[in-house]
Amino acid sequence: MKILVTVKEVATVEDEFEIEGTEIADQYLGADLNEWDDYAIEEAVQLQEDGIADEVVTVTIGPEDCEQTVRQALAKGADRAVRVWDDALEDVDLLDVNAKTEILSAVIEAEDPDLVLSGVQAGDDSFGATGVSVAENLGFQWGAVVNHLEHDLENGLASVRRELEGGVEELTDIELPAVLTIQTGINEPRYASLRGIRQAQQKPLDVQTLADIGVDESAIETELELTDMYEPESESDATFWEGSPDETASELGELLRDKGVAQ
Amino acid sequence: MTDVLAVADHRRGELRDVSYESITAGRQLADETGGDLHIAVISGTVDDFADKLNRDGVDAIHTVSHGEEFNHDVYSQAITQLYDELAPQYVLTPNSVNGLDYAPAIANELDLPVVTDTIDLDNDGETLVATREMYGGKVETTTELEGDAVITIRGAEWPAAEGTGDATIEAFDADIDEDAIGSTVNGFEEVGGGDVDISEADLLVSVGRGIEEEENLDLIRDLADALGATLSSSRPIVDNGWLPKNRQVGQSGKVVTPDVYIAIGISGAVQHVAGMKGSDTIVAINTDPNAPIMDIADYAIVDDLFDVVPELIDEFDG
Ligand SMILES: Cc1cc2nc3c(=O)[nH]c(=O)nc-3n(C[C@H](O)[C@H](O)[C@H](O)COP(=O)(O)OP(=O)(O)OC[C@H]3O[C@@H](n4cnc5c(N)ncnc54)[C@H](O)[C@@H]3O)c2cc1C
Repeated sequence: MKILVTVKEVATVEDEFEIEGTEIADQYLGADLNEWDDYAIEEAVQLQEDGIADEVVTVTIGPEDCEQTVRQALAKGADRAVRVWDDALEDVDLLDVNAKTEILSAVIEAEDPDLVLSGVQAGDDSFGATGVSVAENLGFQWGAVVNHLEHDLENGLASVRRELEGGVEELTDIELPAVLTIQTGINEPRYASLRGIRQAQQKPLDVQTLADIGVDESAIETELELTDMYEPESESDATFWEGSPDETASELGELLRDKGVAQ
Repeated sequence: MTDVLAVADHRRGELRDVSYESITAGRQLADETGGDLHIAVISGTVDDFADKLNRDGVDAIHTVSHGEEFNHDVYSQAITQLYDELAPQYVLTPNSVNGLDYAPAIANELDLPVVTDTIDLDNDGETLVATREMYGGKVETTTELEGDAVITIRGAEWPAAEGTGDATIEAFDADIDEDAIGSTVNGFEEVGGGDVDISEADLLVSVGRGIEEEENLDLIRDLADALGATLSSSRPIVDNGWLPKNRQVGQSGKVVTPDVYIAIGISGAVQHVAGMKGSDTIVAINTDPNAPIMDIADYAIVDDLFDVVPELIDEFDG
């Protein structure tokens, strides 16, 4: 079977930063593979190592800059990558769920996988909606927030656990083809080996425009407009203990003794 | 086209709190648009649920009796049919694990924009302004949209609706196509049992990703020993397999209410805070003075945990 993994490079922000308009100023931003996608990649690679998947393909929406992140997924064992980018995407402030759905659906239709793994959410904008939206759009089945997947998919069924709130897991069977959104903790993502990193440079990374995948520019227009970004007003009424570590530690020690929770 | 349709959340026979909170959010929106507030309650003991949901501000409750537990295909079908019937402007769902299992699907099917995890909503009669967080709570953003939308709301942001309402309660005869149901729920399992129950502790020393390496965890263990405290953690520590699941505080772990909760190298993401905000006294040790944990901390030390924790151990061991 063939597995497709959606991979996003997310922006990370330093502790101290400044906002310019509706964005964080560039110099305070870093880039990383989305935490949740790392687990999705690992799950796919393990299915390949178990002989269940024959091919693992990643798909990313992003500019050339994010190829390093895409190569990370290849270094961990994915076979090849598709990256979709277009001049039309360059000026978009907010690529909303519907736009991502159109783009990813077009790639998935062309690739025709049996299983699509995405992350529960992206660590930067935390919409948490794309995987399920894509599934519905393609007529695939789906499951959100999956933290266990049985590796016996040959009979066309994914047996999963969905992690609900409060330490309760739902045991669910989902027909394939399906999109599963993968929760952190489902496995232990590997570090790429040096050999893997070297091999990743040779693996195919296919760059496609909207026209290449047959998506009309109008499909990425959004009804949503990002109008403001600000640091939330601190609601903190905390007492900030100041001083050297031994001074602050003794303040805390005093508090714990006062409260009678430690001697 | 000015009505609001809010969908209730329930599990294993109980309505979840966010169901009552979405009545408050939905009523506020409906007042702003000049429409009615409809509530949909799907599967389970819907008549009993409907009585409970009949609180101040609800105009109509639509029950869909089909199966016991949540199934996203049943929810999607029922809600899209209700949408066709009622033509509301907004469909409001909880941003719960189950909410995220159907809200994006109905948005796609109905060809509507979807805005998830909102913490504030404001409609001036034409434009909806939705407030959400980004970058793990470091910033807030406003997103504007006109027209219909599917919106999910974060739990515990709106107060629960109270009082007794005089809503009409009607069974909605949804036409559920069994062939279109592609997933089957076989059961539930409670996880996170075992040797300790962190929710019983008076003093919790809780460690987060700031600890960086598994080896460093010994430092926090030593602190817990010195203080006679119980050790707990944020999610990444459990995800990494460094501590068992029964030590995890938060939305998908345990809810704790100790006398004192010491958060060490924990940023205070909403899913973590959901599990510890009821603690009597919260102390944060964090290098970042702007970390969201500071919003709920009573006391804070803005410093490196690797400098502060050894001193604290000395205080009690020395
Ligand atoms: C569906 C879902 C369910 C979830 N359920 C839970 C849950 O139940 N519980 C939970 O905790 N999370 C949960 N999460 C994850 C949550 O969103 C966060 O990712 C997580 O809580 C972050 O953990 P953290 O604060 O330890 O790490 P980070 O957010 O990475 O924070 C680390 C903190 O350590 C500080 N730090 C770094 N170095 C030092 C140092 N040397 N000294 C002092 N401070 C330092 C940093 O300033 C930072 O504030 C869930 C997420 C999802 C999507």
